[in-house]
Formats: sequence, structure tokens, C-alpha cells
Amino acid sequence: MSIEVSQIVKTFGSFKALDGVSLSVETGELIALLGPSGSGKTTLLRIIAGLETPDSGEILFYGEDARDKKIKDRQVGFVFQHYALFRHMTVFDNIAFGLRVKPKHMRPSETRIKEKVNELLKLIQLDWVGNRYPSQLSGGQRQRIALARALAIEPKVLLLDEPFGSLDAQVRKELRQWLRRFHDDLHITSLFVTHDQEEALEVADRIVVMNKGKVEQVGTPQEVYHKPASVFVLNFLGNVNLFKGRMVDGKPANLYIRPHQFDVARHSQGDNAIKATIKYMNPAGSSVKLDLLSESGNSLQVEITQQEFAKLQLVKGEEVFVCPKDITFCEYEI
Amino acid sequence: MILLKQKTNLPGFHLSLGYTMLYLSLVVLIPLSMLFVKTSTMSFAEFWSVVTAPRTLAAYRLSFGAAFIASFINVFFGFLIAWVLSRYRFPGKKLVDALIDFPFALPTAVAGIALTTLYASNGILGSVLAKIGIQSAYNALGVVLALMFIGLPFIVRTIEPVLQELDPELEEAASSLGAGRWEIFRRIIFPAILPSIVTGFSLAFARTIGEYGSVVFIAGNMPGKTEIAPLLIITKLEEFDYSGATAIALVMLLVSFLLLALTNWAQWWTSKKVGMN
Amino acid sequence: MSNARTEPAVVRWSLIGIALAYLVLFIFMPLFIVFSTALEKGIAYYFHSLTDVDTIAAIKLTLITALIAVPLNLVFGVAASWVIAKFDFRGKSLLLTLIDVPLSVSPVISGLIFVLLFGLQGLFGPWLRAHDIKIIFTPIAIVIATIFVTFPMVARELIPVMKAQGSEEEEAAITLGASGWKTFWYVTLPNIKWGLLYGIILCNARAMGEFGAVSVVSGHIRGLTNTLPLQIEILYNDYDFTAAFAAASLLAFLALFTLVIKTLVEYRYRAELEAVGKKTH
Repeated sequence: MSIEVSQIVKTFGSFKALDGVSLSVETGELIALLGPSGSGKTTLLRIIAGLETPDSGEILFYGEDARDKKIKDRQVGFVFQHYALFRHMTVFDNIAFGLRVKPKHMRPSETRIKEKVNELLKLIQLDWVGNRYPSQLSGGQRQRIALARALAIEPKVLLLDEPFGSLDAQVRKELRQWLRRFHDDLHITSLFVTHDQEEALEVADRIVVMNKGKVEQVGTPQEVYHKPASVFVLNFLGNVNLFKGRMVDGKPANLYIRPHQFDVARHSQGDNAIKATIKYMNPAGSSVKLDLLSESGNSLQVEITQQEFAKLQLVKGEEVFVCPKDITFCEYEI
Repeated sequence: MILLKQKTNLPGFHLSLGYTMLYLSLVVLIPLSMLFVKTSTMSFAEFWSVVTAPRTLAAYRLSFGAAFIASFINVFFGFLIAWVLSRYRFPGKKLVDALIDFPFALPTAVAGIALTTLYASNGILGSVLAKIGIQSAYNALGVVLALMFIGLPFIVRTIEPVLQELDPELEEAASSLGAGRWEIFRRIIFPAILPSIVTGFSLAFARTIGEYGSVVFIAGNMPGKTEIAPLLIITKLEEFDYSGATAIALVMLLVSFLLLALTNWAQWWTSKKVGMN
Repeated sequence: MSNARTEPAVVRWSLIGIALAYLVLFIFMPLFIVFSTALEKGIAYYFHSLTDVDTIAAIKLTLITALIAVPLNLVFGVAASWVIAKFDFRGKSLLLTLIDVPLSVSPVISGLIFVLLFGLQGLFGPWLRAHDIKIIFTPIAIVIATIFVTFPMVARELIPVMKAQGSEEEEAAITLGASGWKTFWYVTLPNIKWGLLYGIILCNARAMGEFGAVSVVSGHIRGLTNTLPLQIEILYNDYDFTAAFAAASLLAFLALFTLVIKTLVEYRYRAELEAVGKKTH
């Protein structure tokens, strides 16, 4: 189901959580709402679910006005940040809940419910926990069960609120990939909220970067990383070096250059080369991260490949020349 | 709805609020308002003469005075008991802890006759006291003793959780800096629990001011001497002096509300003073 | 407990001693008195006094009063705690204060206000007399006064419990398509069952034991408008101490039962709290 959200405004007391947010989601997309705390991303998600009501603005599901639809009529599956599993019910009963509370004429038979729940347990690879209680399971397992519970009602849209927020780093990585593969199989329109840019970049079809209740940019991971629309997006996704007070086309500007956009050499490569001393090296990882202090006293973050590093045989404390190959963002001074 | 600040969209707000308000009005608000309605039918002069009659004043003195003294004594012992329960281990502690609430759970009439039997001159404790010339029943002392029984749980249960929540690291830090146990108590523990002591005292005081069942047997009930205010109210009612009864009751109610406000203020003040915002 | 946090043994045991002495003298003695006096004249007399006609009538009236007051206050308690714990609205703290009012009012005043409403000289007095309805000095007044006095009990227990549990599970149920009632019944209720149980027991104990308020409105008519506490008073004033304490022992048992339930509930609830604690972190 496609979702169209238009000029949503939401205030809590004196705090403006959403200031005219518009968004368009195609059927089957996996969208990330990315932003720092207070950016409004969870509020937007809850408004789409119907858990909050916007002060003004439109919400359309498949072109139909969804604003007056009650939560239970929206066919939205919601996965809460802290799972919100029913602690007094077994895993089986948790997943079956949505099916069992359907009005009599729509309710499937107990046999059918049992089939469906077992199917879902298999799907999330937890077919053996049916009789356990949530408190007996790990965080990662609970998360998958919360997902299965939401899927049981065959929602048209899946909404996930910081689904991996409370999990260990390793579990988070695994579940991230799992979610991506899962979505590829099922193709349900999905939105998930995260403050982790790595997660958004890895998982989403498109990312909606939000800040202070407004949408900063909407684009594929490629687009928001390499072609940020504003300084905020630039800073939020990945590291960046700032060069203030440069002249570009005769106008004063600030230049933003990402760490991987530099060449490192022992001799100056031209006018743009910067002399700098290597203060710290971190060769552990897929690329080598260098912390340098330039002649003028600025610190620089540069990333080079392991091959380049091996060729150069860099040593801590060495003086090298660092030359930008490209600029990610140019901010003209007004 | 204008009222709702709306955090969630859970259903049932209007239904539950409506029912709550309806029940509250029928059961509490309307009956209570009768006190004010009735008093308004009296002239101020009438009201004043009832409320300041010698018999009434004596009753107030007894009810308020005994409540104050009993609650004050209970501050010390209540604190001690809360301390011992939250910090030390001893055999039977769980049982003792459970029984602290006994005065709270026991019906007042039962407490009343039991306490009277205990402190009468032929009672177990009363006879001991009589030997040293102290009469502990049918007088003000009896009332104080009874109110000590009633008020204790309020103080213990208010101080206990605060004691338990104290951060152990604060005491360990103080100890590592050279402070002895008494110093630690005086400078670190006591200021932290002072607000709860004030609250506990006020709760006990407020509860025991209007106490009837547990004291009417032990009090002696001689007008002007050992008559508690609630009993005076009943006596007026039996004489069909509705206005008199209401006037006396209203003063008690106002004192209770004043006390509540005073408690909140005192709590705020002590919290500020010990810097616990 | 670490060494930094405890006193020398001598101090400790002296303090424990003083505390226990105080407790035994002032708090536990009365409990002992109730039972020892009740059994003074032997077991046979004990049971005989309990089966006295007026006492049985008093027990019946007490039970009926509780049977009416407790369910009514239960429904109120549930409604009030639902609205207070799950929603944010203007006037919430005022509502909370109002709910606590019956607790801070003297029991005698609690009875007085109903006399002012329904008594002969009361607000509705003339109207009631005209229709030949009697409220004061009948069991009806007793029930009404008891409802007033035990009004906050269930709500006060449930509100902190529901607040502590938050609304996430209810929100999840709603998104899964459950109606408000179904959500309450299948999700909320199982979670609050211990708090609910304790609230009911407390409300019941208070309802059965209420003395002051009931004393004012009852008229003390033996066999008709006496609850158990009032009957105890009558027996005591008649100098039939043993019988009075025999009846009192019933209520003392009730008090002990209440304490047992309370301990049980706290124990269970603490275990649940710990399980939930593991869950949200």
C-alpha cells in the first residue's frame, strides 16, 4: 500500500514535534526515518499508525484519507521499540492475539490460527519457542516475535520504531541483514525509525533525513551520502572535514570533504596539497583511518585503502601531504 | 476534547472519566458539600459561639494535642524501626515487617477495646504503670497511647522506602573520606530522609486528629476533660443539634486541609533546604 | 552490606532491641490481648458467644455491607485508575486529591455528612418523610457510609501499579485490532491482577471494620442495624468482655488475613517487577 503524508504539523504543549512534514512512500518500499532525538521521526511514525493525531495535514493510504480511520482499521503492523510483548501470554498467544480479537465474522478458526502462527514462527526461525514466555527469551528473539505478531494480521504497512535500539551491536548487525532479506521476500511497505546512520544506509531503499521536525532530504543511501542537500545531512551521515574561508569562483565558501576523498603522498601534489603530521593511525578495519594535524593547526580525518597504506608504509608522527580529490559539499557564505 | 492533553490514542477516555466524575460527585463531593451548606444556614455569631464554647475547645485540645504528641513520639520510634528494618538482619524480621501494618489493618473498634483492656489499671501494661503511680486509661495519656498505636505504620512506611533507596555509594564515599558512622548519619543520611520524616509525621497527625473508634473506649469521655472532638460531634447529633455538630466538624475539616497544605509546604521547604531538588 | 555502611555490632543489637521492645509493647500486645481475653472463659464459651442471635445478625449485616460496597468501589477504582494512569489531562492532580479525601476525613464526619443529607432535618429529610422512605438508622445508610469511607481503596492501589506498567502493551493490542474492552480484559487485567487483589482485600477489610461512620448513621438497633464492630461496642459496654473479644477476634483474623495477602502480593509483584525489569533493559 502506498502512503502519502502531506504538511503534517504536530505540537506537544509548546514543543513543535513536526513542522509541515510531507512524504511519499511507494508500495513495497523499505524506508528509513533517520534523525537525532527530537527530530520528530517517532512522532511521524506514530501518526501514520494512528497512535497520535496530527494537528493539521493529510494522510492518505492508497489515495484514501486515513485520518479518521481508527487505529484498528488502518491495517498497520507496529513493532515497538521495547517490543511491548504481552508478558502474561506465551509466545504463541502473543502472535495469535491479533487473529483472536477479530470480530466474530472475520475471525479464522482455531485450527487456522494455529497454522498461521506456526507458519510465522518458522518464518522468523523460532519455531521452538511457542510455549515460552517473553521473559524467558533474549532481546533479539523478542524482537522477532514482536515482528511476527505484527505480521499475523497481514498488515498493508509495517512500522518499526527503533527496532534494534535495545540490542547488542552484534545482534543488531545480524538482525539488520535479516530484516533486509525478510523485506526482499515479503515486499510489505515498511517504515522504520532509527538514529543510527549506518543502519539506515545498509538497510533502506530510501532514507528520510529529519531534523527538528522537518525533512532535510529524501533519497537513496547513495544520494544522501554522496550528494547531501544540506550541512546537517552531511554531518549526520558519516564523518566530514570542514575547511572554512576558502575562495570558490571568487566567492568565500566553506568546503566539506569526506575522509575518503583525499590522496596521501610524501610529496606535494599541487597547490591544494596540505602539509600535515600523522598523530594517530588506526589500521584495524576494512580501511585505514588517519588522524592528522595540519600545519595551520587544524585536525584532519582521512581514510585510505589498506593497499595504499601498505604501499606508503606510513609511520606515526610522519609528515605527509594530503590532497583533496573531490568536494562533497560547498557552502557559500552569505 | 479540550481537557485531554492526549499522549496516546487509547480508547475509553470519556467513558472512564465520565463515570469517575459521576461516582466521585455522588459519593464524595455532594455529601461533603453538605458541611458547607449546613454551616451557611448558621449566622457567624452562632457558628463562633459553638466553636469556641469551653467544652468544644477542651475537645479540640484533647484531639489535636494527643494526636500531635503521639505522632511526635512516633517520629523517633518510627524512624528507629524503619532504620532497623531496612538495614539490619535479625531473626523474625520478615514477620515483624509484615506486622507493622497491623494497626492499619485492624478495625478501630477492636483496637479500641484491646488497648483499653491493655492499659486499664488491671490490664497487663496498665497494672505495671499503676505501680509507679501512672494512670494510663480513661485520661489523656490513654488517648496518646492509643494514637501511638494507630499512627505508627504511617511513619514507618513513609520513611522505609526512602531509606532503602539511599545510594550506598554516598556512604561509602563519605567513609573513604574519613567520616565516622555518626558523622555519616548526621550529614548524609539524615538530610536525605528529613522530608520523608516530615511527611510521615503529617500523615500520622492528620489520621489521628479525627480518630474515633480506637480512642473512644480508652478516653474516659468526660465532657470538658477527656472528651474527644468526634464524640462531641456525635453527642450533638444525638441531641438533634445538627448545626452545632456541623460547625465543630467543619473546623476539624478545615484544620485537616490546612495540615495538608502545611505538609506540602514543609516537604517543599525541607527538600529545598537539604538541596534535594 | 559493605563495611562502610553499618554500625558496630553492639550499637546494632541495642537498636534492634529497642525497636523490638517498642513494637512488642505498643503494637503486638493488643493483638495478644484480643485472643487471650476471647478465650478467657474457654473454647466452649467462645463459640457460644459467636452464635448469639444478635451477633449473628451483626455478622450478616457486615457481610452484606461489604458485598455491596466492595464491588461498587472496585468498578470505580478500575475506571479511575484507567483514566488517571493511561491519559494526560488537565485537572488530573485535582482528581487525585479528591479521591484521597475520604481518607483524611474523620470517620465521624463521614457519617455526619450523610445525616445532613438524609436525616430528618437533612436536605432530603422532608422529601423522604413524605414518601415514607427511611435511610438513616437503616442498613441502607450503613452501606452508603461504608461506600464513602472505603471509596479510595482500590483506586489507590491500582493507580501506581498501572502507572508503573506504562501503556505500550495496550497500544500494541490496539494496533493489532483489539477494541478497548478486549484490550482491557486480555492485556491490562492480567497485568494488574496482584494490585487488584490487594486493593479488594484492603477495601473489604476496611468495609467490614468501619466503626465511626457507621456508628453515626446506624441507630444501634440490636439485631437490625448493628454491624460487627457496633456489636462489639455494645457487648463491651454491657461488660460482657469475653463475648466482645470473641467477636473482635473474628475481625482480628480478618486483619491478619489481610496482612498475609499483602505480603504474598508484594512477594509476587516483586518477582514480576524483576522479570519486567529484565525485559525493558
